[in-house]
Amino acid sequence: MSDPSADQASPTSLDFAEMQELAAEILGVDPDQVQLDVSFAKDLAADSLDIVELIMAIEDRYRVSLPEEELEHMKKVGDLWAFLLAHPATAEQ
Amino acid sequence: MSINQWCYFFLEADASPNILSVRLRSVSDSGQARVRVAITGMGMVTPIGTGIDAVWESLMQGRSGIDTITQFDASGYPTQIAAEVRDFNPELYMDRKTARHVARYCRLGLAAARMALADSGLKPEEMGPDDVGVVVSSGAGGMEEIERGHQVLIDRGIGRISPFMVPMMITDIASGLIAIELRCGGPNYAVVSACASSGHALGDAAEVIRRGDAVAMIAGGAEAAITPLLMGAFCQLGAMSKRNDDPAGSSRPFDLSRDGFIMGEGSVIMVLEEMEHARARGARIWAELLGCGSTADMYHFTAPDPHGTGAARAMRKVMQKAGVTPEDVDYVNAHGTSTPLGDLAETLAIKQALGDRASQIPISSTKSMSGHLLGAAGALEAAACVLAIARDMIPPTINLELPDPDCDLDYVPNQARPARIDVALSNSFGFGGHNACLALGRVAA
Repeated sequence: MSDPSADQASPTSLDFAEMQELAAEILGVDPDQVQLDVSFAKDLAADSLDIVELIMAIEDRYRVSLPEEELEHMKKVGDLWAFLLAHPATAEQ
Repeated sequence: MSINQWCYFFLEADASPNILSVRLRSVSDSGQARVRVAITGMGMVTPIGTGIDAVWESLMQGRSGIDTITQFDASGYPTQIAAEVRDFNPELYMDRKTARHVARYCRLGLAAARMALADSGLKPEEMGPDDVGVVVSSGAGGMEEIERGHQVLIDRGIGRISPFMVPMMITDIASGLIAIELRCGGPNYAVVSACASSGHALGDAAEVIRRGDAVAMIAGGAEAAITPLLMGAFCQLGAMSKRNDDPAGSSRPFDLSRDGFIMGEGSVIMVLEEMEHARARGARIWAELLGCGSTADMYHFTAPDPHGTGAARAMRKVMQKAGVTPEDVDYVNAHGTSTPLGDLAETLAIKQALGDRASQIPISSTKSMSGHLLGAAGALEAAACVLAIARDMIPPTINLELPDPDCDLDYVPNQARPARIDVALSNSFGFGGHNACLALGRVAA
């Protein structure tokens, strides 16, 4: 699952490796650990504060806004990546 | 499970520490000597060195840790100098994520706590969960994070305030962090009394052991408040030296030309341990923490009582608690911040408390070298007393070139001095009129 473009046709210029780097920096893990099928809480030991910090960084980097009701669906890295792919207009601003 | 069953469960779970408490109390109730508290470990990250030996060498050489501020551009400030901890690498003591989520004072505190624990050889993770507690204090807490967070609020709004803002800013988090990282589940809090905070932290932590609530305590202070706002605020208060062109000569307690204190940062933490527990495990005992005398000036928020009465009462009180007289006191580590009013008031306090002995007892202010570590000052100066006892040397008061005629005691000017010290007192005074005087004593081998 290391190459997300193999699973989903990417309509944007989003770079998964860049998102891996960002999440790894915020969560204090290795970029290689940030894969689509890993859980933020169970696999990356992220608590709720870490998630808020990560979302803030994601919003800044990709110029998107994650509504609070979306946050509870962000269990896995793949959920976050899918959200970014689904919001290409804002993501490419 | 019924309520009764729950109660029974908790009683069972608490059985081990309760037995310990009863044992310790029975010693004091029986009329024998009260529970004694040993200092079995010390850790320090300071402007005059990291680790016991580096700090001691600076104290013996009379080396100042004060220089031009590097942590922010202070060129527009009336005071542009401070005693900064240089070359501190937090990743030697914690992972990067932890380092990023705590304020600088906590990073310094965790580093010093790890050093203290290593020095003591105590292993909390192998002891009962209630056996080791933490009281690590800070006067200002995460000042730099408060200032950064406030700027974010102004510039970008509520939605960009870090979710870690609250735990980064509050003054008790060093104690919490140390408990988490070092597995210490006993009593845990901070004691805040401005520049007397870590004197009180050590004094109160010793009382926790005496009353049987823990076998050992990790205690001391951590401070990192060399920030644009706090430096500016202290400048406005008129309390800091403006000797910007002579940083090493700027902190000059008891000298006629002293013109204010020098802000410092750092952390000094000790492992306090019930004496018999320390002996039973063959620990190296640096010294004994004999007690803490604690009083209030009842005078002014920031100015000392000019007669030094409150400070003198704290000194008398600790001597009484420790069962020593002025004749027994061999050294006083002064609060000695290098302010015109403070050094004079403390001189008067020492004269009141020690009477005729005052002029015979060597007194020094190690702030002349370290600057003023605010909430970590009391712990650094208690450590200076411990090392003076252990190594038979008194650290000097540097920059004492032209003594103030009204400060007419023996301040050990400029050169370290050999002396056998059995009992030392360490004064710490804080804004609010808080006074803490610790007594430290030699322990026969």
